[in-house]
Amino acid sequence: MLEFLHDDLAILSVKEGCGEGECGACTVMLDNKPVNSCLILAVEADGTSIRTVEGEVKDGKLSPLQESFKKNHATQCGFCTPGMIMSAQSLLERNPKPNEEEIKEAIEGNFCRCTGYRQIIDAIFEVTKNAK
Amino acid sequence: MSKEYKYIGKGVPRIDADLKVTGQATYVGDMSFPGMLHAKMLISPHAHAKIKKIDTSKAKALDGVAAALTGEDLDYQVGLYMVDKTILAREKVRYHGEPVAAVAAETLEIAEKAVKLIEVEYEELKPLLDVEEAFNEKANLIHPNLGSYSHVQTAFFPKPGTNICHHSKIRRGDIDKGFQEADVIVEREYNNPSVQHVPMETHGAIVQWGIGDRVTIWTSAQSPFTVRNLFCHTFKLSHHQVRVIVPYVGGGFGGKAGIHLEPLVGCLSRATGGRPVKLIATRKEEYNTLPCRCGLKYKIKTGLMKDGKIVAQKLTLLWSAGAYADYAVNVTRASGYSAGGPYFYPNISTDSYTVYTNMVFGTAYRGFGHVELFWGLERHMDYCARELGIDPYEFRMKNLLKPGDITPTGEKLKDDSGDIRKCLNAAAKEIGWDGVKSEQQRIKEMQSGKVRGKGFAVLHKAPAMPTNTSSSCVIKMNENGSVILNISATDYGNGTYTPMAQIIAEEMDIPLDKIHVAYETDTDRDPYDWQTVASRFAPMGGRAVINACNDLKRKMSEVAAKVFECSPDDFIFQDEKIIHKSDPQKFIYYDKLATGYVYPNGNAIGGPLIGVGVYMAEGLTHLDKETGQGLPAFNWTYGAHAIEVEVDVETGEFTILKIASALDVGKVLNYESLKGQVIGGIIQGLGTAICERYVYDNKGRLLNNSFTDNKIPTAKDIPLEIVPIFIETPHDEGAYGARGAAEHPMISVAPAIGNALRDALGIELTEMPIRAEDVWKALKEKELVFEPATV
Ligand code: FES
Ligand code: FES
Repeated sequence: MLEFLHDDLAILSVKEGCGEGECGACTVMLDNKPVNSCLILAVEADGTSIRTVEGEVKDGKLSPLQESFKKNHATQCGFCTPGMIMSAQSLLERNPKPNEEEIKEAIEGNFCRCTGYRQIIDAIFEVTKNAK
Repeated sequence: MSKEYKYIGKGVPRIDADLKVTGQATYVGDMSFPGMLHAKMLISPHAHAKIKKIDTSKAKALDGVAAALTGEDLDYQVGLYMVDKTILAREKVRYHGEPVAAVAAETLEIAEKAVKLIEVEYEELKPLLDVEEAFNEKANLIHPNLGSYSHVQTAFFPKPGTNICHHSKIRRGDIDKGFQEADVIVEREYNNPSVQHVPMETHGAIVQWGIGDRVTIWTSAQSPFTVRNLFCHTFKLSHHQVRVIVPYVGGGFGGKAGIHLEPLVGCLSRATGGRPVKLIATRKEEYNTLPCRCGLKYKIKTGLMKDGKIVAQKLTLLWSAGAYADYAVNVTRASGYSAGGPYFYPNISTDSYTVYTNMVFGTAYRGFGHVELFWGLERHMDYCARELGIDPYEFRMKNLLKPGDITPTGEKLKDDSGDIRKCLNAAAKEIGWDGVKSEQQRIKEMQSGKVRGKGFAVLHKAPAMPTNTSSSCVIKMNENGSVILNISATDYGNGTYTPMAQIIAEEMDIPLDKIHVAYETDTDRDPYDWQTVASRFAPMGGRAVINACNDLKRKMSEVAAKVFECSPDDFIFQDEKIIHKSDPQKFIYYDKLATGYVYPNGNAIGGPLIGVGVYMAEGLTHLDKETGQGLPAFNWTYGAHAIEVEVDVETGEFTILKIASALDVGKVLNYESLKGQVIGGIIQGLGTAICERYVYDNKGRLLNNSFTDNKIPTAKDIPLEIVPIFIETPHDEGAYGARGAAEHPMISVAPAIGNALRDALGIELTEMPIRAEDVWKALKEKELVFEPATV
C-alpha cells in the first residue's frame, strides 16, 4: 500500500524508512487505527478509509496537533513527522487524555532520529490540555 | 550586560515547520521526472574477494533494462581526501556490501530482477577484520596501490606498503620526562565498534547526464558544493557543467557529507543517453553499502602526581577505517589533535592511525571521532581519579583547561574560548553530585536489588575544517520590502535556516514573516558554501548573513543619503524604515527603495537591492607533520553531561533517571531549536552508548543490517528527565557570540553512563555499547551478583 499511495497516487507524505514494518515512517490511519502501510497490500485496504497527514489540514489551517508540533519544535528533518502525527492523532482520538506512558507507547513504533522524542511528547501532551 | 534582542535567542518556530507537519516538504525520494529510470545495485556477498568474472548479458537482455554497468566499464577514481575508491568495485571487493554492478530500468521491479541475473564469479580472499592485525606491518594489503593514490598532501600522510592510510602525530613537551616525574602511571585500553548514522531518509540521488556533459544532480546531500567539486574531479568536468540541487533532506548526521551515490547514478544516466535515473538506497543498503562510523581501539597512558595533576599523557588510537578512507582520515586527524580532551597537559604525545580493514567503510558521523574518543578518555579520567583517591569532580577541576593555557597543538586559549569548568559545575550540581559512593554504601543498597549511581563526563570539539572554510550568501529585497535569502547551507533537520532568518530580522528590523530562506540549495543559483557539517554553520554562516545585511544597509543608506542630502552614516534601520538619526521625520520605507527610489518627478535612483555577504575563517594553519603544532580550530565548544542511573542488580538493566547537559554555546540563537538539537544529540548518544553496533561474522559479513537487528532508541528509551543547560561565554568570531553545538550533545553521553554505573556498582566498563548483559556480566565478574551482602 505504501508504494501505491506514494508512487501511484502521489500522496507523498507517506514515507519509506525501512519497508519492513519497523520504523513507522509510513504510518497512515486505516479506519482510524494507525498502521504501517508498508506491511499492507493495497487490495487488503479495499473498502476502508485511509487518512494521511495531508488530510489533517482543514480550510488551509493546521490541526491542533500539527500546530503543536510546530510550536514545540517537534519536527526537525521532518521525515518521520507525517507518520508520527498520524500515530499521535489516532491515540488522541481513542484517548483524548493520555498520560506520558500512553503517549510513549503510542509512538514507540515511530522512529525519530533527530528530535530525541522529548519535544514530540511535549507537543502531544500540550494538545491534551485543551481536550474535553 | 548582554544586549536585549528582539529576535535572537527566541524560540520561534522553524520556518519549514508548516511544510513538514503537513507532509509537503519534498525529499529526493518524492521527486520524479518524465522518462525517469530506476536503478538497483548488485552488492558483494564477500568482505574480501577477487572478481574473476562478471557477466551482465542476461540482465541487459531483460525487457525494460536500459543500462547495466560493472566496474570494468568505469575507470574512474573517487575520493574525498584520499582518492582510493572506484565507482563500482574493479578487480576486487573490499567489503561485504560493496557495489559491483548496477542496472537502470523502466521500473524498480525490473531493475531488481535484472541485478539478480548478473553473474559474478569471486575468489574469496582472507578478510582483515581486526584493526590491530591490519595495522601490523606484515598484514596483507587491502590497497596494494596506496602509494600511487592522489591525496591531500598538506594534511594526510599514508604509509605505502601497509594498511595505514594516515598517521597524525601530536608532540608537545617531553613525554618521557613527564612519565619519569609521575607518582602514578595508569594505562588502559578502550574499544568502540562501528555504528550507523541511521537517518530516517536513506541516501538517494537522481542524476541526468545531458547532452554536452551538462549534468544535473538532485541528491540527499549535506554538501552540495562538495558533491559538485568531487564529481567534476572524478569525471574531469568543469564546475559550470554540473548542477547540484539539494531538496529537503531527512537527516544526515555526517553520513550525507561528501559524495556517495551520485557518480554511479550519473554513469547510469550517461549510459542511457541522458535519461534521468533515480536510486534510493534500501535500509539494508544504508547499513551495508553506504558508510558507517569507524571503529576505534585505543590505549591511554597517563602520568599523575599524587596531588591530582596530570603530567603526561600518551594516546595511541587505531581507527578501523573499513575498506576506504573517505572521512576516516580526517576523523583520525581531528580526533588526534583533540585527543587530550579539554585538559591541560605539560607533556603529551598522540599517535592516531587510520587503518584499512575489510569492513563497511567509515565516514563523518556527528561528533567526528569525538564520541568514540571521549568514551575511553572520560572513563579513563574517572579511573585515574579513583586510583589517586580523589573525587573525580575535583580531579577534573584541577586539570581542565582555562584561558591562558596552551592546548596540545600550541594554541593559547583566550577569554572568549569558553568555560569548561562552568559546564561541569552546572551539570554536576543539577544531579546533586556529592562525592563517590563508598563500597559499604554500595553493598547496603545492593540488598534492595536496585542501586543508584551518579557520574559525569566532559567534552570538547572544534569544527574539523580546511583553513579556508567559507560561507557566502545573497539577500534580495522584493518589491514589498520582504526579503529572500539565498545561502548554500543545507538544513537536513539541524535547524540551520531559522536562525539565519532571525539574524536578518534582527539586523534589518523586518518581521520574520517577511523573510524567506530559499530552502532548496542549487549550486547554479546559490553562492558558494563549503558544507554544512562540523557544527559550524550558525557561527560562520551567521556571520556571512550579518555581512550581507550590512551590505544591504550600506546600499540603502547611499540612496537615502542622496534623497535627504546627508551622509550615508546618518541612518538607523527600524520598523522596515531607514530613518535619519537626528531628524526622524526623514525616513523611507524599505519597499520604496527595494527596486530603486523614485522621486515625485519620476526620476529614479538606486536600483534593485541585493546584499552580498561572505565570511571566511582566518588565521588557521596546517598542522606540522611531525609535531602536530598549529592552529586547526575556529572555536572550541565545551560541555559536560551528568547522569543518574538506577540499576537492577539481578538483571543488569538500568534506567537513566536524569541527564543534565551543559554546553557553552556562546550565545543561544533559537532556544527551542537548540534544545531540540541537544535532546536529539543526547538520545543519539544514548543509542550509541547502550545498544547500537555493527556485528560481523568471522568472514566479515555484516549480520545486522536491518532495524530488526540493529535498533535505535525509541520514545520508550529516553531518560525520565533531560535538563539542557546553556552557558553563554561569547565567542568573538561567531555570529552574536555563538558557537556550534549540534554535534556536542552526542559526545560523552556514553562515558557519563559508564561512570554512573561505576559509581553504582563498582564495575569498570571499557567497551561500548553498554547493554544490560554487559553490566550483568561485569557485576558477575565482580562476584557480586546474587551474593548476599556482608559488611
Ligand atoms: S517503512 Fe513502513 S515501517 Fe518503516
Ligand atoms: S524529525 Fe528527523 S527523523 Fe524525526
